[in-house]
Amino acid sequence: MSHTQTPTSKRGKLVNLRNFPGFNPTAWFVLFFLYMPLIYVVIYSFNSSRIGAVWESFSLKWYGKVFENTDIQRALKNSLQVGLVATILSTTLAVMAALGLLRMKRAGKAVAIALIGAPLIIAEIVLAVGTLGLFIAVGVPLGKVGLIVAHTAFCIPFALLPIRARLSQLDMAPFEAASDLGANEKQILRRITLPLLAPAIFAGALLAFAISIDDFITSFFVAGPGATTLPVYIFGMIRSTVTPEVNAISTLLLLFSGSVLIGSYLIQRKRR
Amino acid sequence: MTAVTTPPKKQAQRGRPGQSSPKLAYLPILFLAFAIGIPLVIIVIYSFLEKPSQGTGVKWVFTLENYKALFIQEKLDGTTAIDTRYIKVLWASFYYSVITTVVTLALSIPTAMWIATRDARKRNLLVALVTLPFWISILIRTYGMRQIIADEGPIGKFLAIFDVSFSILYTPTATILGLIYVFLPFMILPIYASAERFDFRLAEAAYDLGAKRMTVVRRVILPSIRPGIISGIALVFIPALGSFLQSDMLGGGKTNMVANVIANNFGQARNWPFGSALAVLLIVLTLLFVLIMQGVAQRRGDKVELV
Repeated sequence: MSHTQTPTSKRGKLVNLRNFPGFNPTAWFVLFFLYMPLIYVVIYSFNSSRIGAVWESFSLKWYGKVFENTDIQRALKNSLQVGLVATILSTTLAVMAALGLLRMKRAGKAVAIALIGAPLIIAEIVLAVGTLGLFIAVGVPLGKVGLIVAHTAFCIPFALLPIRARLSQLDMAPFEAASDLGANEKQILRRITLPLLAPAIFAGALLAFAISIDDFITSFFVAGPGATTLPVYIFGMIRSTVTPEVNAISTLLLLFSGSVLIGSYLIQRKRR
Repeated sequence: MTAVTTPPKKQAQRGRPGQSSPKLAYLPILFLAFAIGIPLVIIVIYSFLEKPSQGTGVKWVFTLENYKALFIQEKLDGTTAIDTRYIKVLWASFYYSVITTVVTLALSIPTAMWIATRDARKRNLLVALVTLPFWISILIRTYGMRQIIADEGPIGKFLAIFDVSFSILYTPTATILGLIYVFLPFMILPIYASAERFDFRLAEAAYDLGAKRMTVVRRVILPSIRPGIISGIALVFIPALGSFLQSDMLGGGKTNMVANVIANNFGQARNWPFGSALAVLLIVLTLLFVLIMQGVAQRRGDKVELV
């Protein structure tokens, strides 16, 4: 325990040591810096003025515009479809990879880890244009199928992170017991491994979904004209001008991310 | 006789009982080889091919021109001269990323230490506050930043009271500010993870033995949080080097980074082979950085896994 209090005579010094000059204001500045742009976006989404920076009066008209805009709805639908399918596929593949990697030989494991780690290290733009080249060479049509393939690939390492972490902490006793009692590999997988990994698989899926929904660069190159995702659509809207409508979309997305996070937190707390 | 059949069975279960067969990993590896491995190979191949006289794509003729064109310009009269445009782009990407890393580090060490020294309940809340931006679209965060630093934005309006003019949008400063903003949590969290494990009784012991406060920070605290600092540097520098959105949306095209030039060559400029050569250069620089970081970590005896 790093936070045990030592006897009172020394407490004065200890408290002193926990407060370095300048740390407190720096931390508050950092929090302010992190949140000011987001708070600004939320506040100005309720601004009736067409010019972003001038506050006129409270209004919900930009939300109305968002709900009337069928292009946004189509883009949102594309994003959700691609995100859900890519989440399911990447999480499944990540579970398989995590379990299989445990007993792989060194050479195979090195190749596997290099492939899994590549999307974390290599700039997304490089993989995006490479994927574009691949799809055109192989004849994968640009659109949802291509998007799903590309998203599944770069979501795997993120889905894998919590699963591998959990796997390395697992208590081996239930596995030994099951195997001593004659359970075969499949039974152990279904009845012990997967239930024990469930919270990590859930966390991995959540991470994969967030990464897929948020993706811009790869989607920009691979989506083609028919399967524009929400980030690609928003990028088109804001590249040149400031549109208050985007503040409204952003606020809705913030609300969505926030509720997903709180929801998953509550689910996990309930399980415990 | 039956004993003959048991050894292979036992062997299959050796190591840890109940583990799945390594064959389970074959499908994901095959998929990644297709969707990650082949695109990388394609980029390397494209970088050695010619560009077709019309349209996009490549012409299957081997050439080294794309790499030459990174540094040397051929003029219309046939003479050649050193071309500094792309060297400047590479330098800008490197320089912006270094500043981003240094500033986020300077902000993150105090912030992470401060969070780590709060009581448990406050600590959890603060960690959640720093983590939340991870779940918010980078596009939206960059867009928010653009409105904040716009000439007529809140900072500009505030400074106008004192008759100070404020105009940084569409300059390199704006790009760097955007990079710092987007990548700051990537620095705070790993340093916090190290700082949280730090036993503050060690700092107290050093203090009792007569060390000054800054000596305690330098000699006791910083070495203990070094693994977090190294991961943080890697997590900020690597994505910053290849970033696209901040220079596009905040730098306004005047301050291109490598990723913007690559994207442009695969877009409007329609020169896939040259874009590929730049991409290969970016991969090489990234891997070089990873190797250096691993070298530093190893020499220091820290176990740092970047993947």
